[in-house]
Amino acid sequence: MPVIRAFALAALVVATILLATALLLALGGYDVRVALGALWTGSVGSWYALTSATLVRAIPLMLTGCAVAVAFRAGVFNIGAEGQLLAGAAAATAIALSVPSLGRAALLLALVAGAVGGAAWAAIAAALRARFGVLEVISTIMLNFVALYGVSYLVRGPLQEPTHAYPQTSPIADAVRLGQVPGAGRLHLGILIALATVVGTGWVLRHTAAGFRLMVVGESPSAAASAGLVDVGRVTARAFMFSGALAGLAGSVEVLGVTYALYENISPGYGYTAIAVALLAGLDPWRVILSAVLFAALEAGAGAMQRDAGVPSTLVSVVEALLILAVVGAQALRRRQMAPVATTILSPAPDA
Amino acid sequence: MSALEAVGPFLAATVRTATPLALAALGEVLVERAGLINIGLEGAILAGAFGALVGATAGGLGGGYAVAVAAGLIVGALFALFVIAMKADQIITGTALTLLSVGATGTLYRALYGSSGAALTLPTSGVLPLPFLSSLPVVGGALFAQPPVTYLVYLLAPALAWWLGHTHAGLALRAIGERPEAAEAAGIPVNRLRVGAILAGGALGGLAGGTLVLAQAGTFAENMSAGRGFIAIAIVVLGRWRPIGVALGALLFGAASALQFAFQAMGWDAPYQLFLVIPYLLTLAALAGAVGRARAPTALGKPLSRD
Repeated sequence: MPVIRAFALAALVVATILLATALLLALGGYDVRVALGALWTGSVGSWYALTSATLVRAIPLMLTGCAVAVAFRAGVFNIGAEGQLLAGAAAATAIALSVPSLGRAALLLALVAGAVGGAAWAAIAAALRARFGVLEVISTIMLNFVALYGVSYLVRGPLQEPTHAYPQTSPIADAVRLGQVPGAGRLHLGILIALATVVGTGWVLRHTAAGFRLMVVGESPSAAASAGLVDVGRVTARAFMFSGALAGLAGSVEVLGVTYALYENISPGYGYTAIAVALLAGLDPWRVILSAVLFAALEAGAGAMQRDAGVPSTLVSVVEALLILAVVGAQALRRRQMAPVATTILSPAPDA
Repeated sequence: MSALEAVGPFLAATVRTATPLALAALGEVLVERAGLINIGLEGAILAGAFGALVGATAGGLGGGYAVAVAAGLIVGALFALFVIAMKADQIITGTALTLLSVGATGTLYRALYGSSGAALTLPTSGVLPLPFLSSLPVVGGALFAQPPVTYLVYLLAPALAWWLGHTHAGLALRAIGERPEAAEAAGIPVNRLRVGAILAGGALGGLAGGTLVLAQAGTFAENMSAGRGFIAIAIVVLGRWRPIGVALGALLFGAASALQFAFQAMGWDAPYQLFLVIPYLLTLAALAGAVGRARAPTALGKPLSRD
């Protein structure tokens, strides 16, 4: 009964999150009932909240969460989804603004440009790892800062709107935007792109030779290399860039479906939340969908808690961090009890 | 302002910016020499910065530094709990601790100080000019008219170098970073030493954060660590896991950051993002250039496999 087990597990996770949040609220001296009420109303309490607040946020979290899951599965600690998202958003905006006359074709081009931009940004870290052995944990974090300042420069320089009054680009033409889902508020068609991409990625991981190679390399690069099965370096680099492409796609979907322009604070840290999303999903793309919706609801509700109950929205980061620690702690404890099969995913050995 | 007149302020800004980086990086040297890598250093610095705000508001300058160190120690203790006691993954634990620190300091800051922000009148360490040395031409003011915590770095770097190279405990620490199994067989308490190194690293990270608030900014801002923990980890690589090298590496990064003040003083017009991005680009370049030629502790990042 894997389905029942999965739902029981999901219920347990939600209960744990609510309990932890309630405990933190009580510790902070807030009215727990009012705050949790706001959390509920702001996230899933109404059709509008569910679609326009929660699901809209779930879209970039699905794509970046899937990006992190693929990378971690391959033994690549890509902490750079945030920077790759920004690179993708910048590339998509540049294309969408430069060829608006192409209409729907421009939309497609912009989406692809986002994925290519994200992959290119990840390629820098992938090349540094392959060529110089630079720890990608550090390089991707550095590249996040570079991307942030890069966007800051673009929206005050070459891509700034013509009046030069605001640090943002001109709005993207209507024809190049992703349409809305009828009857679902601000929810846009990016939800279909995200679902299709994540489901497809999960299928590739499970059912193709490429997916098998990726997981073998992630589990044990030295075994993969000595068995002569795969070119470890190439598989790693490809997984890294594919991960970047997913994050970049999140960036393009965000500008084409939500913001319709590029500006500095386009992402409230989706690329960082993605790490929690992926870990909670056990690095499984299909389960990323559920965990992305969960974190999206948490973040949407956090906004409402801040508005209605005066609870700092940063409390969500605390809950997320505790959740990651709970997951790695539980895995570490289980590894002690069980034979070490398939539990090495989160602690891969370095490249052979 | 002429170029020559800009040299003194440039050097002073270099040393000022380098101080917290050097403190954090020296702590991480101990951690990495013991065979661990603590990405949560960023979180320790941020926790230290917030601790400094709380401590200084309540108990003045001394209170600020004390609570900063204590906050860094807490982050270190959490890292030790997960990584040593539970053998959890170091990278993920460190990432989660940084996220925890960002969330906890942000939440507490907004809850305690509201949206109005902290008092801008925190007590801050003044400059303590050393007699004679500070009156040396050009470099005197830059090197020897700094807050006392900078002089601590001048003492700490050679002291750590000596400790690692010439004491029994220092040699034991290096041994557990290279061959933990062999070290344990030789009777060295591997995990106890590693916990000690982690706590020392956390405390120095906290002190680095305290320095940001108490000797530089004079106030706290959310996320004010701004990646310094990650830069410090890169400096450890650049300095090849040696305290003196690491201190010099921190100076290099201080100089890169100080360039923006120098260029502004000389009226050089360029996008300001270019200056802000220099330390991060330099980190990437340094990592690419340094890693190939330096050798990391052999057991870096691997848990002790005893069972």
